[in-house]
Amino acid sequence: MSLLSIQNLDLSIHGNPILNGVSLDLAQGEIVAITGESGSGKSLTAFSVMQLLPRGTVTTGSIKLDGQEVLNAPDPEMCKLRGNDIGMVFQEPMTALNPLKNIGDQVMETILLHTNQSRDEARKRALEVLARVGLPPESYSLSRFPHELSGGQRQRVVIAMAIALRPRLLIADEPTTALDVTTQAQILELLKDLVQDFGMGLLMITHDLAVVSDMADRIVVMRSGEVVETGVTKTLFANMQHPYTRALFAASAHEVNLPKAPEADDALLIVQDAVRDYPKPRTTLFAQREYTRAVNGISFTLHKGERIGLVGESGCGKSTLTRAILGLEPLQGGSIKAFGQEVAPDMPAALRSGLQVVFQDPYGSFNPRHKVARIITEPFHLLDNPPQGLERKNRVSDALLAVGLHPDDADKYIHAFSGGQRQRIAIARALIIRPEVIIFDEAVSALDVSIRAQILDLIAELTQTHDLSYLFISHDLSVVRTITDRVLVMKNGEIVEDGATQQVFTNPSHPYTANLIAAAPTLPDVKALSNVPA
Amino acid sequence: MLRYSLKRLLSLAISLIIASLVIFLVIEVAPGDPASFMLGMNAQEDTLNALREELGLNQSKLERYLSWTFGMLQGDFGTSYTYRTPVAQMVADRLWVSLPLALYALALSTLIAFPAGIYAASRRGAPGDVAVMGATQLGVAIPNFWFAMILVLVFAINLRWFSAGGFPGWDEGLFTGLKALTLPAIALALPQAAILARVMRSSLLDILNEDFIRTARAKGLSRRQALWRHALRNALIPVLTIIGLQFSFLLAGSIIIEQVFYLPGLGRLVFQSISQRDLIVVESVVMLLVFAVIMVNFIVDLAYAFVDPRLRSRS
Repeated sequence: MSLLSIQNLDLSIHGNPILNGVSLDLAQGEIVAITGESGSGKSLTAFSVMQLLPRGTVTTGSIKLDGQEVLNAPDPEMCKLRGNDIGMVFQEPMTALNPLKNIGDQVMETILLHTNQSRDEARKRALEVLARVGLPPESYSLSRFPHELSGGQRQRVVIAMAIALRPRLLIADEPTTALDVTTQAQILELLKDLVQDFGMGLLMITHDLAVVSDMADRIVVMRSGEVVETGVTKTLFANMQHPYTRALFAASAHEVNLPKAPEADDALLIVQDAVRDYPKPRTTLFAQREYTRAVNGISFTLHKGERIGLVGESGCGKSTLTRAILGLEPLQGGSIKAFGQEVAPDMPAALRSGLQVVFQDPYGSFNPRHKVARIITEPFHLLDNPPQGLERKNRVSDALLAVGLHPDDADKYIHAFSGGQRQRIAIARALIIRPEVIIFDEAVSALDVSIRAQILDLIAELTQTHDLSYLFISHDLSVVRTITDRVLVMKNGEIVEDGATQQVFTNPSHPYTANLIAAAPTLPDVKALSNVPA
Repeated sequence: MLRYSLKRLLSLAISLIIASLVIFLVIEVAPGDPASFMLGMNAQEDTLNALREELGLNQSKLERYLSWTFGMLQGDFGTSYTYRTPVAQMVADRLWVSLPLALYALALSTLIAFPAGIYAASRRGAPGDVAVMGATQLGVAIPNFWFAMILVLVFAINLRWFSAGGFPGWDEGLFTGLKALTLPAIALALPQAAILARVMRSSLLDILNEDFIRTARAKGLSRRQALWRHALRNALIPVLTIIGLQFSFLLAGSIIIEQVFYLPGLGRLVFQSISQRDLIVVESVVMLLVFAVIMVNFIVDLAYAFVDPRLRSRS
């Protein structure tokens, strides 16, 4: 008998059907991954097992844990199971812990809640568990508070709480999505070890096929609330039956057709020994201010037609550098010149019009009360003689057409568009003023793989039609690899490697780059797989 | 934590100095000469001068500011222009009514608001929540003087449980004193309790939507346990802010209630002093209120740090 058996699970919220006949099984010691794009219902499937569902949810079907029906079980019964027989790890480690309680109390709480152990025994167990997840008591005392830990460390605490009582089933909902690649690799390794040591079943939810292929014994692919395909990982990748699975895989492995960069040596953007310092909070009122150096003497040049990638983990200073290049914050040393002129917060508007940016969040970066036409014509403020009347209208239509939207979309409000369409609008806003350089700041990081593939294609296409030169900032190595000619690897405010993209990825010269590339999960080679008989 | 407290203390001192300067200057530019007010329209110029000399009004502004502030530090608030009695004594008498009244009202309002807010939040959308929210809506809308009059009608005139007004003094015993303050405290507390309950509820509901509440539930805590163990303390920060603001208001803002119940409190003292141009009393009482407000804020700041470890370690 399987450890977890979900049969014909239907779920609706306030009458809207979300899940439709979801069935899956998970055996003891097995790792099953549910994958799919946003809105596929993969997280709700996981939360159904926990019975932690939003208000107004109606479920039918069956979810059995070791033969015990949990679907619509009364809450007191579920409280006994949660934490004891089923542990759960969440996506966002930064907010998953109570900020006011120390980590010891939070781990001990699981133990004290379900057992009759004394506080001392529980404390001992908490120390053991924290050590097991890689937080040894010598360096991480129980009295630490969550804000004193990094994201990866917090995720370890969350895992410790989930496994403190060795549950039979562990559910991990996008456990590494919010983490850097090297941290992700460590956490995935830890989860794998725990499954082996404890003989738990692991139900993992992730959108990342590369992570799935490294981790899972079996895969469940979901789309719009239905399971479209399920099977043993290797077999499934080798022999993808459903067109959606194939499309998902193709989108994940998508490589754009980037036209060859034109040979030109006009330097558009010259960054020379740039230094950015942040003041630390004063320790006493009259003490001299101390500074953190976020960007430490960075130099590079972006030539006309060049597509440069900038990669690095969180905290490496890439966002700080971006803000300095956009002239939003002043430098404390060195210089940044765009088109021969100094970039600074008080630079002339005309200079700003040459530098445009596309941000990460397609939901937060537009004013919801403005129509698309107004949103994308915003950069016209930078011009002395902004186009008026018919010309303005034509420019709007051209920009919308260029990004694959319809001219009529100009009169709609932003809420009418999906995440991918919004990112197209963001690109239209950057393009409309015909800038010399565009900065893509994690511009595809919030998008689903299929949408991401489309946007990357669009960027590649625009480089051809609009002679784009850009700086593409991302934490995602696979994206940078396909969309840039040259890549800069940043660490602790410095550039540790600078070279042609293919060269850097196939033969990195700096150990940090090599680490990053090794830590990044990779998609399986489907051709190699299909040659092996399943 | 010590460093945090010292920093707060330093900013408290700076605020007090700035406040005293502002109060002094504002009262300085206010028109009207206390001496001529005291002696009446037909006073002789030399009598006026003599009185000004006696009151210290002929000194330079700086001298007067310094003697005022240093006097206050030693407990000497000067002499009332109108009554010719030490201001310190007048204020102290009134404070013995106003301070207990404010604390009484605050205690009542907290005792009502916390359970009501927690109850409503834990039953969001259910009839209990709707009833509590309806009641608080009413509490916010009803003016407290009107409510005070209703209380007098019902409990003093009809039921004769309490007297309709006046304050016998603490010499008559603690119980008698508290009894006299009960109706005014209720009248003051209810509208405050209504506001506080709403803040408590919405703050709790915000926190109950946080990820770490979901984590707590995933550990096996029931909804109620998650609320008490994880949500409540997190929800306290905005509630503490409101409590601090309310205390300041209760101390000085109860003038109408004091009038309705005929209580000799600070509010009435300020009102009388302003109408009699007894500027030295106004100055002193305002300074005292500023001091109280700043002290309350200081205590609220310390309470924040007590609740939130992030504030403790930041400094």
